Amino acid sequence: MTRNNFDFSEAGGCGTSSCSCKSQDTGKAEDVTKRDFLKGSAYAAGGISLTSALTLFTFGGSPAQAKEDETAISSKQRWGMLIDADKCGDDCDTCVSACSEENGWKNTGNPLTDTIWIRKIKVKNPETEHETTMPLMCLHCEKPPCVDVCPTGASFRRDDGIVLVDRHICIGCRYCMMACPYKARSFAHEAVEDQKEHAPRGIGCVESCTLCVHKIDKGEQPACVSACSKSAGGAMLFGDLNDPESEISQTIKKYATTQMRADLGLNVGVRYQNI
Amino acid sequence: MARIQFQTFRDHDNKFILIGALIALLVGIGALSALYMEHNGHIVTGMNNQIVWGMPHVFAIFLIVAASGALNIASISSVFNKKAYKPYARFSGLLAICLLIGGLLVLVLDLGRPDRLIVAMTTYNFKSIFAWNIILYNGFIAIVIVYLWTMFQKNLNGYTKYAGFAAFIWRLLLTMGTGSIFGFLVAREAYDSAIYAPLFIISSFVYGLAFTVLFLAMLEWTTGKNFMPKDIVRRFRGLFIVFIGGVLFFTLILHLANLYASQHHGVEEFLLVNGGNFPTIFWGGQIILGSLLPLAILASSSFGLSRRGLVLASILFLLGGIAQIYFILIGGQSYPLNLFPGMEVTQSGFSDGAIGHYSATMPEIMLGIGGLSLALLMTGIAVKVLPFLPKPWADEA
Repeated sequence: MTRNNFDFSEAGGCGTSSCSCKSQDTGKAEDVTKRDFLKGSAYAAGGISLTSALTLFTFGGSPAQAKEDETAISSKQRWGMLIDADKCGDDCDTCVSACSEENGWKNTGNPLTDTIWIRKIKVKNPETEHETTMPLMCLHCEKPPCVDVCPTGASFRRDDGIVLVDRHICIGCRYCMMACPYKARSFAHEAVEDQKEHAPRGIGCVESCTLCVHKIDKGEQPACVSACSKSAGGAMLFGDLNDPESEISQTIKKYATTQMRADLGLNVGVRYQNI
Repeated sequence: MARIQFQTFRDHDNKFILIGALIALLVGIGALSALYMEHNGHIVTGMNNQIVWGMPHVFAIFLIVAASGALNIASISSVFNKKAYKPYARFSGLLAICLLIGGLLVLVLDLGRPDRLIVAMTTYNFKSIFAWNIILYNGFIAIVIVYLWTMFQKNLNGYTKYAGFAAFIWRLLLTMGTGSIFGFLVAREAYDSAIYAPLFIISSFVYGLAFTVLFLAMLEWTTGKNFMPKDIVRRFRGLFIVFIGGVLFFTLILHLANLYASQHHGVEEFLLVNGGNFPTIFWGGQIILGSLLPLAILASSSFGLSRRGLVLASILFLLGGIAQIYFILIGGQSYPLNLFPGMEVTQSGFSDGAIGHYSATMPEIMLGIGGLSLALLMTGIAVKVLPFLPKPWADEA
């Protein structure tokens, strides 16, 4: 499911009028929920299954808000990232800390149940003993399995290639977590505190790296990329994969790069170098 | 053949009421468990970021698959016109609906946001097999209600075979859709196989028939009357032998196909040989206890043809079924994703490359048992209210 003109802050931002995340309910949100419930109940009672499904699918509106033409999100861009493993420090976790701070998730030392948007990983070639370290997050696939399997369309891909979760319609079924080949998604197992306005979160929903979409929409770089170039090895390069003149396009043209699990044919937006 | 006479269930002793009360208690505990999970979040379950579906899904999938299989008796009667099964056709439809509702309830209450059920019912991504399943499940209930209506209403009896045919096709699609939840997961090595669809269909026949036999046996136990004449015991025995043979066949093919490809040797070794409890659950639970032992019982020319033999085999088939779904669901998720083929993960802040661990907590187990209990409670109440059951047969020598 692809959406264009989807403004992340409009659709999912905390404190917006339509937000219905558990931890940030407002009076208006309850009204919306009740109205939706009554509307849905009427359809469900009328003709469960196919009839209601098709009716609502046809006439139901998208929660997305259209942006002005000049700033509209389009497939002219495809945002991506190139990570040079040779420049990634063994014990450095600058990107992880920056993401955590920017987006409000916390690593409490319980990786099994924490929500983790980006993590460091070290892999070894058992034949040669060569070790490589690198960050791993949502790779923003062109053909994301999480989007394919999501029953409600909460997992979606913007036209500019960013894969997101719409917190309004995520029912917490976790099928996307089953489908993601990169274990990029995590589930909010418990109540969420200290959320950032631009990164809405809520218990019972699935979340993952947004590529700092709120910053990209303002013309800025993702927090991990900025932090890495500012205070670490500068291993992360962000840019438009569709622009042949961009630095990222020039680099992947010049040097050999790797798509993780390229055999799956997902054409990921986050690529690696020197692994 | 004389006209079949149906009855509302009566003439039972207090055991029926006691069983009902016990089951109602389990439903209540299940409801409290769901509330507890909803209030605290999934942190109170054994599920985590690697084992994302746990015990509630085991029960939910088991009940949903059993539901489609429970309709089999009605299908044999209406679609394949086998008159011997006609007395059970109404009950078969009822049990199918109740098992499905029980399974769906568990599935819904295990959602991270069960309060958003209406979103799931009204917002569809048609590329998702999950979305199709929501339609298939709801549609199944609607179609089987119509099917039952044509059976109950004398002037609609002529339409029964058409409704039965529609329900039969729909139930095949439903079980195919449920199996495909796993079949369509390309990145998980234990899944990603089209064979899950037929495997689930043939498994459904076993589970559904086992539930049918056990419910009828319970009716007999609480009334002292005969609800399964010898002829039907013999027929059920024959069906079981064919169905479990099919399950073993598809299971064999699934693992043989994986074993042929060297890239899957790791996951097969994990599941079948050295993966903690999973080899025991597979070999001991599904294969020996849940398939070969009941098969041996049924193969016996004396005990296998007795009511006791059939009941014991049914219990073993259900235990084997739970083991089968647990093995598929939890075992498959426990094996780590292969992020970098040919490489080993030596360090990760997110348990990459590590075997997943799952230990079900009491609330999630009770939620699953609550769903199963609700299905049985609804069936028990329905047979008291409407004439779903045939009149008992005269005692046989």
